[in-house]
Amino acid sequence: MKKVKADPKGVLTGAHYLDGDFAIAEGGLAAGCRFFAGYPITPSTETAERFVERIPFVGGVFIQMEDEIASITALIGAVWGGQKAMTVTSGPGFSLMMENIGLAAMMETPLVIANVQRGGPSTGLPTLVGQGDMMQVRWGSHGDIKIIALAPDSPQECFDLTIEAFNLSEMYRVPTFIMTDECVGHMHEKVVIPPADKIEIVERKWYEGPKDKYLPYKPDKDLVPFMVKAGDGYRFHTTGLTHDERGYPAINAEAQDWCVRHLNDKITKNADKIIRFEEDQTHNAEIVVISYGITSRVAVKAVQMARKAGIKVGTLRLITCWPFPEKRIKELAGKIKAFVVPELNYGQMALEVERASAGKAPAVRVSHMGGWVHDPEDILKVIKEAAK
Amino acid sequence: MNEEYCEVEEKNPMEEFLRMDRIPHIWCPGCGLGTVVTSFVEAVRKSDLDLDKLAVVSGIGCTGRIAGYVKFDSFHSTHGRALPFATGLKLANPDLKVVVISGDGDIHGIGGNHFIHAARRNMDMLVICVNNFNYAMTGGQVAATTPKLANLSTAPYGNFEYSFSLPYLADACGATYVARWTALHLRRVTRSIQEALQKRGFSYIEVITPCVTLYARRNRLGDGLSLLKYYYDNAEIQHGADTRTLDIGYQGKIIIGKFIDREKPTFLDCMNEHLAKVLGDKYQRYGEPHD
Repeated sequence: MKKVKADPKGVLTGAHYLDGDFAIAEGGLAAGCRFFAGYPITPSTETAERFVERIPFVGGVFIQMEDEIASITALIGAVWGGQKAMTVTSGPGFSLMMENIGLAAMMETPLVIANVQRGGPSTGLPTLVGQGDMMQVRWGSHGDIKIIALAPDSPQECFDLTIEAFNLSEMYRVPTFIMTDECVGHMHEKVVIPPADKIEIVERKWYEGPKDKYLPYKPDKDLVPFMVKAGDGYRFHTTGLTHDERGYPAINAEAQDWCVRHLNDKITKNADKIIRFEEDQTHNAEIVVISYGITSRVAVKAVQMARKAGIKVGTLRLITCWPFPEKRIKELAGKIKAFVVPELNYGQMALEVERASAGKAPAVRVSHMGGWVHDPEDILKVIKEAAK
Repeated sequence: MNEEYCEVEEKNPMEEFLRMDRIPHIWCPGCGLGTVVTSFVEAVRKSDLDLDKLAVVSGIGCTGRIAGYVKFDSFHSTHGRALPFATGLKLANPDLKVVVISGDGDIHGIGGNHFIHAARRNMDMLVICVNNFNYAMTGGQVAATTPKLANLSTAPYGNFEYSFSLPYLADACGATYVARWTALHLRRVTRSIQEALQKRGFSYIEVITPCVTLYARRNRLGDGLSLLKYYYDNAEIQHGADTRTLDIGYQGKIIIGKFIDREKPTFLDCMNEHLAKVLGDKYQRYGEPHD
């Protein structure tokens, strides 16, 4: 893996007062993203607006496509043309992108998609918060793939994790997601953008061997194949069909096994290197509150109140939702009474907590269907019940 | 002496441009797609393009398989999405000559929205649409291009929908080059592709081909060769014809030729020109050769 310093052209060094959506655009520019294709959708549009305002002075392209299907597909083309590329969307647009997220995964195309989640299903709550796409990001595209998804809880983290998302996507050649939400997206806070030479960027895993020996899908030691771009004389082929190392279609069970196993293995076997979370006071906790995004900001208040009431509460904030930190959850499950999982959905990541804890500790939901954030009292009530 | 032979290496003249390790191809005997590939390769050979900079993108379907057989940087994308894929590719790497080759169902059915917008933007690419009047890969279903009365598996009592006139559509959306041929007009197709490859802007060539296994058989139109010939014989060259007059009826006359050939700035030309004018020296021009 080759790391370089960020290109100063895209880095707006300094302390800013930005909302999460803007910070995602700045993170992309800092990470070296020079291609953005998008379609307007509330509450994510500000990211596109920020990018298109800034890109003429950085050098790159913004194009507003005819829909989200076109946006994600243009990204894949752009990456094979040699650029780093990103887009942003929300619920309905995210649904439209699903098929070609699969194409990106199948072609092992590194790119970044931010989903500023709003209440769903369908048109749902265009202007109000939700966290209902957490399982969709993992399972939404047909077939059997693994992706990486990060969940920032502040504008600062929107900036930081967008860079991280680009780095991870390049490292593993996989579509990588910023699963933020309307509240974080529209929340204004201080965002500190470091100098360019303090930002580490992972370079694309460019192939450098002889041209006639290039195999687009031959896994390297870390399972990730080397990449080339169109126009460099490799005359390579890539397809959404099940393929062999040459990238040629291979329509049989053996090729399918090799191909799909590979797409999963490169994430599963590197999961420990990818997974990130933040823990507080879990060492002697009876209850551990697991949350992410805006919900983790609200949970802080409930946890403070619970601690005041004498309950030993720890917190675990998911930074990578996918891959999910199942090993850590399993360890904790053996030591505590219960997990409390507040989410702005009926209970999605709670299913994962339940699966990982394998019956050793219940995952008690604090479900809120979105439209607004939890009342900390509601989370507190569940913590108290679970601690009994 | 009589036994003396000159050692001649057997070599397909198109070998340099095809992925020979993928031949034989999957198309039916009598399908027009082989001749389209021949025309395309011939046009590329005759052009002075840097072949390392040529990228071929296709969608899904019988024609969509062309990307897998030509030996250029080639992308077999998703159904209907060849044009946005090509748009991203071209914008990311403006040095590329991007050619989309795909079918009527792919480009004008499921991908219809992308087509009108790529043409509207005058995205610099050549689109070759192979029109066989039906969805062939899935077994011969009715398409947006199926003439009225033709019989297909999802129009078992005959098609009663109006169909697209593709050159008219391309013209209306702003394409800078619009032509239509039948597959048997081999030399004309080749010349037309050569000509379009030289153009900057959104170029569009429709090539009418027989679908022998499905469309022809279901409608009892004979074998591939006779349908190929039928289209050829029923074609009438009218260069510069008014694109409003190009409808194709069931087994009717097919007006072919080059209808549109105009110049206008491409998407990137417009972007660079406009932003440089509005923003002045601070604007970082994109995708142009630097001094």
